[in-house]
Amino acid sequence: MAEQANKKDEAGAAPMPVAPAPHLATSRTTRAVMVDVLIALAPVFAVGCYVFRWRAAMQVGICAASCVVFEALWQALRRRRQTTGDFSAAVTGVILGLSIPWTAPWYVGVLGSAVAILIVKMLFGGLGANIFNPAMGGRAFLQACFAGKMTTYTLAGQAPPGAADAITRATPLAAGKFDQIAYALKDLAVGTVNGSVGETSAIACIVGGAYLLVRRSASWRLPAGMLIAAAVVAGIHQLADPDAALDVGRHLLAGAMLFGAFFIVTDPATSPLSKRGRWIYGAGVGVLVMLIRLFANVPEGVMYDVLVMNMTVPLIDRWTVPRPVGGPVPAPA
Amino acid sequence: MAITAETGIPGRGSFARGIHPDDRKRLSAGAAIEVLPTPSGVLIALHQHIGAPCEPAVKPRTSVGVGDVVGDVKAFVAAPVHASIDGTTGAPTVTTLPNGRHVAAVPVAAADEQALAGEALTGEIFGGEWPTEGLDAHAPEAIVEAVRDAGLVGLGGAAFPTHVKLTRNPKRPVDTLVVNGCECEPYLTADHRLMIEHPAPIVTGALLAAAAAGADRIVVAIEDNKPDAAASMRRAAEGTAVTVATVRTKYPMGGERSLLPAVMGREVPTGGLPLDVGVVVVNVGTSAAIARAVVRGRPLTHRVVSVTGEGVRRPKNLLVPIGAPYADLIACCDGLTEDAARAIAGGPMMGFALADLDVPVTKGTSGVVVMTAEQVRRAEETACIRCGRCVDVCPLGLVPTKMALAVRNEDWEVARRYYIAACCECGCCGYICPAQIPLVQLIRTGKAGMPKE
Repeated sequence: MAEQANKKDEAGAAPMPVAPAPHLATSRTTRAVMVDVLIALAPVFAVGCYVFRWRAAMQVGICAASCVVFEALWQALRRRRQTTGDFSAAVTGVILGLSIPWTAPWYVGVLGSAVAILIVKMLFGGLGANIFNPAMGGRAFLQACFAGKMTTYTLAGQAPPGAADAITRATPLAAGKFDQIAYALKDLAVGTVNGSVGETSAIACIVGGAYLLVRRSASWRLPAGMLIAAAVVAGIHQLADPDAALDVGRHLLAGAMLFGAFFIVTDPATSPLSKRGRWIYGAGVGVLVMLIRLFANVPEGVMYDVLVMNMTVPLIDRWTVPRPVGGPVPAPA
Repeated sequence: MAITAETGIPGRGSFARGIHPDDRKRLSAGAAIEVLPTPSGVLIALHQHIGAPCEPAVKPRTSVGVGDVVGDVKAFVAAPVHASIDGTTGAPTVTTLPNGRHVAAVPVAAADEQALAGEALTGEIFGGEWPTEGLDAHAPEAIVEAVRDAGLVGLGGAAFPTHVKLTRNPKRPVDTLVVNGCECEPYLTADHRLMIEHPAPIVTGALLAAAAAGADRIVVAIEDNKPDAAASMRRAAEGTAVTVATVRTKYPMGGERSLLPAVMGREVPTGGLPLDVGVVVVNVGTSAAIARAVVRGRPLTHRVVSVTGEGVRRPKNLLVPIGAPYADLIACCDGLTEDAARAIAGGPMMGFALADLDVPVTKGTSGVVVMTAEQVRRAEETACIRCGRCVDVCPLGLVPTKMALAVRNEDWEVARRYYIAACCECGCCGYICPAQIPLVQLIRTGKAGMPKE
């Protein structure tokens, strides 16, 4: 072989390595997609820091750092190539941190990250092979283990100044469901209400989400399906019970509805591939969220619905194989 | 359908999905077609088309002139090959074409005196008068026969014998001839220059092809990134039955399965041909060659090839004899740059990387694109994140990631469930994949290696 190559060199024709087509590729790698998600989460994080001060930053920081460390550790123990460079672990960590209360102690975030990365993500085969949304899987574990700490949104005597008024109150959904108190839409939009770190501000979620959709780093069909379905169910409920504290607008703006629509439902690994499938999946989450909010004994249900719908994704994929242009492949004659 | 009235075509002028890569056509779009200096020898491959390979028709050490048959075969789906320079044949040999096929080939060593070279050659091939009237004198059968004898195949790249497309079939009547001037592959400008510089033979060829196939509507489809080509074609087509329509610039517009929905609003059935929906598609270069074959009785001996890319010192559009070595084309463009890393026969989306520049140009060679090391460097492949970008760009509406990963797992049932056989290998999915998974390569491997049902 070497001789042949030398001969060619002498003949003046430089041997060039070959590769299959296409020879052009976009520069938008997985890492670029994940960076987009982090950028989109920035406004949400900023409002969280404004409302909950340093505790928000700490919560998100703990989760993000633990997720990255756990993934690196896992890959090192398995003697596999390090994968934290794709930033997917960081995204999982940030989303987990943003979806738990600011009051939760540090070990809650660390444990949640461990479950999210080690069990929900890596045990199933790592990025793209996981069946469940890692952040939501980790959060579900926390909800089961620390039911109290995960639903406590006030911390007596430790309220940071400035936003103190906002965070000594119950979350808008809990207040609406159990005490029939309707929060002002303006507060829900800006985010000066209590709740998990990242879910309070509707505007921040919409700004970040819009960035994701404009950059096409997430499919718009997923949030659209979820929000439309939720709005329809909430609308029917409002017609049936016009005096309820939570009307359509409050259902859409409060709680994890928008955060979930733009940052959790849009997780590519755990959502369907086809356009039709994405509509179905998004709508499924939207309907389930409203069923839990209206009929279950808990104020919020985005996490459970995402996990339930995650299980249906292989089935949805199978049922929504798109029709090829020109029709299915004809059977051999 | 207001658009229809405006553009004169039944389709919307675009197709669903597809991609928008940087077309890099500015490198060679301004370079007028030049004639390649006669090479010292050419190698005429005996199997340059889809169909049966040719048998050598001349003995070694025979003196041949441009246009003499050097290989032919009786099969219907096949096309004869001709000498492209004056010279002497050598003993048949075997060459490896860029697509990896080993084929027999007849070498022709150039004679010292060439009857035609330089500008005279351009004049002989494209110049002179091209009639647009009185073409009824050519009977359909006569046109088909002239096209076959001229060894005409699709010059867009697929190299399907043209006379097969033009032969009338009472079971599949044809109503429209689409002349494909899209040239959607990035970099390539051969068709673009041909439409600008020599639109007349394209129009004449289109009229003849339509007469042969029995089509009463003729549409020349050009992507809207080539307004100069469209204007040139419009001028040439004035007063004839030929309509010039611009379609959206989008890859792979030039593929038949994308072009016909855009131009005609008709889907080519999976596993079928444009003929199944009453359309014949020919490339603009093919159309010009049809005119030359029928009006002047001259075979296909030369074609326009774009030699371009950042790895070529002076990108050009060259009129080259078929069988000329790629190395000569590169040399005519002042050679490769220091950082040239990959030479591609055809365009960068569907073309084949050349291991060796000492192989001959064939009828289907539309360009040579040389890319630099920087351009061909790829990030390491990572796991599929199921982002669905491949689904969002597939012009055929397939799910590339499912098919490709099924092939990797040799799960043929899943590969079939996702219609792997329908894939046209255009490369959109491989281009867009953020995980850099070689989707097209896997799908092609699967199509070739999949057990038959």
